[in-house]
Amino acid sequence: MRTRITTVVAVLLLLLAGCSSGGRAHGGTVTLRFQSLAWQQESVAANKQLVKEWNATHPNVRVEYVQGSWDSVHDQLLTSFEGGEAPDIIHDASDDLADFAYGGYLADLTHLLPPGLRARIPGRSWDTATFEGRIYGVPFLQEPRVLIANATWLRAAHVRIPTPQHPWSWPEFRRITKKLSGHGRYGVAWPLKEPVSATLNLALSTGGRLFHRGADGKVNVRFTAADAVVPRTVHDQVALDHSTPAATLGSGGSDTLPGFFAGKYAMVPLGFSYRQQIVQQAPKGFRWEVLPAPAGADGLTQGVSPQTLSIATDCPHKKEAAAFLDFLLRPKNMVRLALGDWMLPTGTDALADPALHTGANGWATGTALAASLRPAPAQSVRGYPEWKDKVATPALQEYYSGAIGLAGLRDRLQKDGNLVLARYQR
Amino acid sequence: MRNHRTPRTATTPSPAGRTAARAGQYAALLAYLVFLAFPFLWLLSTAFKTPRELGSLHPAWIPRHPTLGNFRQAFDEQPLLHAALNSLLVALGAAVVAVLLATPMAYVMARHRGPLARAATGWVVISQAFPFVLVIIPLFLVLKNLRLIDSLAGLVLVYVVWSLPFALWMLVGYVRAVPVELEEAAAVDGAGRLRTLVSVTAPLLAPGLAATALFAFVTAWNEFFFALVLLKTPEHQTLPVVLTHFIGAEGVADLGPLAAAASLATLPSLLVFALIQRRITSGLLTGAVKS
Repeated sequence: MRTRITTVVAVLLLLLAGCSSGGRAHGGTVTLRFQSLAWQQESVAANKQLVKEWNATHPNVRVEYVQGSWDSVHDQLLTSFEGGEAPDIIHDASDDLADFAYGGYLADLTHLLPPGLRARIPGRSWDTATFEGRIYGVPFLQEPRVLIANATWLRAAHVRIPTPQHPWSWPEFRRITKKLSGHGRYGVAWPLKEPVSATLNLALSTGGRLFHRGADGKVNVRFTAADAVVPRTVHDQVALDHSTPAATLGSGGSDTLPGFFAGKYAMVPLGFSYRQQIVQQAPKGFRWEVLPAPAGADGLTQGVSPQTLSIATDCPHKKEAAAFLDFLLRPKNMVRLALGDWMLPTGTDALADPALHTGANGWATGTALAASLRPAPAQSVRGYPEWKDKVATPALQEYYSGAIGLAGLRDRLQKDGNLVLARYQR
Repeated sequence: MRNHRTPRTATTPSPAGRTAARAGQYAALLAYLVFLAFPFLWLLSTAFKTPRELGSLHPAWIPRHPTLGNFRQAFDEQPLLHAALNSLLVALGAAVVAVLLATPMAYVMARHRGPLARAATGWVVISQAFPFVLVIIPLFLVLKNLRLIDSLAGLVLVYVVWSLPFALWMLVGYVRAVPVELEEAAAVDGAGRLRTLVSVTAPLLAPGLAATALFAFVTAWNEFFFALVLLKTPEHQTLPVVLTHFIGAEGVADLGPLAAAASLATLPSLLVFALIQRRITSGLLTGAVKS
């Protein structure tokens, strides 16, 4: 028996020894770890191919591709930063950067990036990753919210088809969705599982700002008439017009697609990248098209939080990492990444690429909206995540479901919201 | 003349009544099994569906055009086999070490009841309440100092520590179920404490040890957060971490390949269950009966 136990322990120790990572020999070569959140087949392939091309042409700076996950990136990065083991090059979204930037975990890229790369991306995109005047990420992909529409249904109903040049106004959108509804069918299905960013980003079109920064730099929530247009439209579509089903308010975008394909809804407001799922899943012969979201007093303007690439403060080879970013985000490469992710590139040259102006799968409509994209209103507001989770999400859900009125919504967003934000601004 | 036959009472049902009751029991059992099996069967069904079928408003149980494309895509896109091997090493390592450590501890706690044993039991219960986020950063720093970040050995260590309290708790019950008279008899025959534990108690504990090992195995096999945070290089990632690579921003998922990979990920657990099912069942019963 003793021999048997000794054998088990010995095997176990050997097993554990075999498991150990050991050290990696660098042999004088700089190795950079690039954690990418690309997840769609074409996107992962594009990223890996670009890393391969870099490694083939830069023998002294080797980039190692590491797959990350959108689902848990914030917690994973936070722990890695705290433990000093973060990846060198970090893929994330601009609305997730504020905490890391203020926490000193991300390198200031302001003077690190080559001027060519700075010039290729417009200022409004840089604004999404700029905190206290310093750049902490390179915004490279973004997606507007668009209306994915059942083309056959809309043509049969003889409604005016909007274009980026002549979009629907919000009242016109409401009239048309009402006209399209009836007999168990709905003009639009709003998937508002995450109601805050959708509402706030679209409200920019009507001049909504919600967050107002004072002369002292402190942010205050004010829910004005301009902020109310979009939420009131959705509320009235649910409660008064019955042109959108209440059931989809708690759904994610993917959940509404089966009903859309089955002809229950004429339109679904979704992110631009959802087109990939529609191409994959739409039944044969199903005709769909991409329409711009409705416009308000400020036209088609809407907020976005672009995907970003950052460099960790602890990265010992920041210049090399910046050179890799410059390579990865060259116009041709940015186009490859954008096509892989079914999103829009931020770079002006990349946006001009003919591959993104084809009528197929709504690419041209999307690129026509690029100039109207602005930083999401809450981009740099400290305390926004808590305000979103504890105040705005339940308040908007209650308003859309009819549990509270507009006055109640205003009261909650302002009164409760300002109490939350005040804690972050003392 | 009076009839002396005993009248049939309400407590002794007729054969027909017994059959009906038994049929009802079987129906309830079947319903329960269906309820338990539903998620797995649905996962399997999804794994064989085409993207078009996945987008249907009226999904069918049996895929209309079954395809292996999701499995092909899952294997093409992610190193599933390598990740499964990592998970297997970690889960086996955690199970074996947890049982080896928990057995003598449980023996002491079960046989030597006193304030210290009670305090130890209390601590075991309390330690189960610690949330992951509370321990992850200190744990990360400790493992970093030990140079065990990004190593499967480090992960095994974490899983052992994580599963040890519950494993201990389980085993204490099993040890108490072994009659102490048997150990006293062994002592009378001249066996020492270690000999008694190894030759007398351990064989009787076998079902309990199997149940505890399975608990530690499944806990480690399914664990996601520690693996996500502690492993850096793709070569070391375990299966739950690799599965999340099929999920995109805002919860959008590549459903077909995800279902294909997830259904494969359930197989090792099912296999281990199948192999030691009998021992587990008797182990659970043993733990439930007081001597």
